[in-house]
Amino acid sequence: MATALKKEHKAERPARGGVVTFVEAIRQGIWEEMERDERVFVIGEDVGVYGGAFKVTDGLIDHFGPERVIDTPISEAAIVGAACGAALMGMRPVAEFQFIDFISCGFDMLTNFAAKCRYRWGAGIPAVFRGPCGAGVHAGPFHSQNVESFFMNTPGLKMVEPSNPYDAKGLIKAAIRDPDPVLFFEHKKLYRLPRLRQEIPEDDYIVEIGRARVAREGHDLSIITFGAQVLTALDAAEELEREGLDIEVIDLRTLLPLDKETILASVRKTSKVLILHEAPRTGGIGGEIAGLIAEEAFEWLDAPVVRVGAIDTPVPYSPPLEEYHLPQVRDVVDAARKLAAY
Amino acid sequence: MPQMGESIAEGTITRWLKKVGERVERDEPLFEISTDKVDAEIPAPAAGTLTEVRFKEGDTVAVGTVVAIIDGDGASAPAPRESTQEAPAETTTQGPETKAESTPAAPPPAQSQPDGSGQQTIAETQPPAPQQTGATQTPTPTAKAEETLTPKPLAEQTLEELRRTRSSPLVRKIAREHGIDLAQIEGTGMSGRVTKNDILSFIESGGATAQKAAPQPMPVSAPPVIAPVAPPPPVSEPTHMPAVQPVEGDRVEQMSVMRKKIAEHMILSKRTSAHVTTVYEIDMTRVARLREQHKSSFLERHGTKLTFMPFIFQAVISAIRRYPIFNAQVSGDQIIYKRDINLGMAVALDWGLIVPVIKRADELSIAGLAKVANDLAERARTKQLKPDEVQGGTFTITNPGVFGGLFGTPIINQPQVAILGVGVIEKRPKVMTNEEGDDYIAIRTMSYFALSFDHRIIDGADAERFLGHIKQVLEAGQFTI
Repeated sequence: MATALKKEHKAERPARGGVVTFVEAIRQGIWEEMERDERVFVIGEDVGVYGGAFKVTDGLIDHFGPERVIDTPISEAAIVGAACGAALMGMRPVAEFQFIDFISCGFDMLTNFAAKCRYRWGAGIPAVFRGPCGAGVHAGPFHSQNVESFFMNTPGLKMVEPSNPYDAKGLIKAAIRDPDPVLFFEHKKLYRLPRLRQEIPEDDYIVEIGRARVAREGHDLSIITFGAQVLTALDAAEELEREGLDIEVIDLRTLLPLDKETILASVRKTSKVLILHEAPRTGGIGGEIAGLIAEEAFEWLDAPVVRVGAIDTPVPYSPPLEEYHLPQVRDVVDAARKLAAY
Repeated sequence: MPQMGESIAEGTITRWLKKVGERVERDEPLFEISTDKVDAEIPAPAAGTLTEVRFKEGDTVAVGTVVAIIDGDGASAPAPRESTQEAPAETTTQGPETKAESTPAAPPPAQSQPDGSGQQTIAETQPPAPQQTGATQTPTPTAKAEETLTPKPLAEQTLEELRRTRSSPLVRKIAREHGIDLAQIEGTGMSGRVTKNDILSFIESGGATAQKAAPQPMPVSAPPVIAPVAPPPPVSEPTHMPAVQPVEGDRVEQMSVMRKKIAEHMILSKRTSAHVTTVYEIDMTRVARLREQHKSSFLERHGTKLTFMPFIFQAVISAIRRYPIFNAQVSGDQIIYKRDINLGMAVALDWGLIVPVIKRADELSIAGLAKVANDLAERARTKQLKPDEVQGGTFTITNPGVFGGLFGTPIINQPQVAILGVGVIEKRPKVMTNEEGDDYIAIRTMSYFALSFDHRIIDGADAERFLGHIKQVLEAGQFTI
């Protein structure tokens, strides 16, 4: 059991701001919120002594103590249930799933309880349910999934997935302060990705939930995406720029509720849309976005809306198969080229 | 019956140009119509034999009504003929199996995907009659005519035909707004599809106004036949200016087609020419006296009023003859000196602005100019101008003075290179000098003349000389009436 491992050093209190990785930005955010509001506490498997499977909560237990950094048994249903209960009693829990794949064990509590409390009793559940999602790190079918579409059809939940350190810190803080349950997805490939290292402000800031971001401005075609695929989209855009195509990239940041305004503004501008997500295409949230565009921006479309996603299989363990499974830059480039020529 | 502008619900057939039994070619003028906004020739949407005429001359018919039947001869449908058989559930190319298409080992052909699972044909994704809420829902007039004259249900058209004729929701919308027949445009997209860029460049290059029977109101001004240096995006696509959201209590009104054309043209001009304006004060006392002397006899003799404008026209013509650069146009790195002097005169309308053109104005006398100008202005206000009468201007004169304006800084009417604005003509105290060299103050009839010129090809000194000449001619007051 991971809790048995003794650490050599005590993790320091993170700096405020500075040049940070994605994981450090989230850690800063949680830390600052725990300092700011004593109702905020962390709960999950190995979040305490071990500092979290990906070290997001490293050092928290040393500074805030085991009462506010709670290691739990391996039961996601219990973690979600305890978090919901604490939230109803006025606390601000931040619950971690070691891998977001296991959120399904807490599915009932999340969809039937957490999402519906406010509607049934007027009692919101101000809890954050966070964990590492996504593939591309050869972690196999149980440790690589993207689960947003499982929850897309559940009013009462919010879902966010940042793509960079600045947004990650701003969004985790906004999620913790939110009066309702927020699912917070962290793409594990981004945690320590060197190219994402970024200077973030020292000041206390949040990134508002429900607002997408134009990650790159362009006029020929919009790629609507989020999370780690923002990087895929930006790389594809750079390649396509050499061919004279001016690509806009929209980073959704919040998946539920969708930022319709930003999506539709981009569609009206470019008239061609490619929706990119890492989850399998069928039933993915790309369908929801495509539906929204068809309903509200039909008269601005100059081509069919195109979706690029993973193929409809579990995430393979074999690296070459995993690469084939996931949307790659060349897939986006190919699809965008065809769309541009439509 | 095509729709001639968004607010027009009906049109009157004024003349049939073909008789039943006659053969017509596609785009050959078929009939003439008159509406509140414009009179126009309507071209045949397809080739074939005119087999039936359902309304006679003088009949007023609702927009969208079938007015005649052309028996197609196989060349009737506007779509290209490449594909004759039905397109079997061909996919949208960027179909669902994007992954499969990128198989490193064996990339499949760019076009169709045999796997139809969960995929839709274009025919399915493009509803035959888009029922969008809110948006204007008149079908493309010309497309409508085609559909009614040579009926071929959407479901029976091949994917290629649909791409070619239906293009996309956006392109159909733009075509409708500008009264463009998509079949007239060379498409660069898939299957020859007209893309957004295709139709926007078509409009920018003046194609929309050049299209003879384009169902739009009168062209506001000469279309920019000469490629502008930097064609701007049309106003319908404000790529930089974010949309303004109305708040409660505001009134939102759709721009008329004329309004949009004016907006496009003004922006085009501002982006094309390097505008500079110079202003002269001109003593119109002699012209005023001349006019006063001849006013009543002129009206008696010619049946039209003698205004200041014919004199100003003649002064301008004289200056243009001397400085022909003011009657030129710019094409790339060439300057085209126009042979004819065709004077445009801006006429303000309650619903906009139009610039009818006095063709070969240099061949006309004061009386001729007066007659033509008054006739054009009158017909502009009663919407009876012909398209030809608002095209081909080589120099424009605008007259803000009729409203009392001292002077303005007019925007050049592209592709011309200068425009003269005449301010109010009124009596002012003026310091004069008599023959003995004594100064005195006199009451004179004065007016400011503002000349906006395109500094790309005209320098300040030229403009001073040009306006100086106009001043000289008008102040001398030597006109033959």
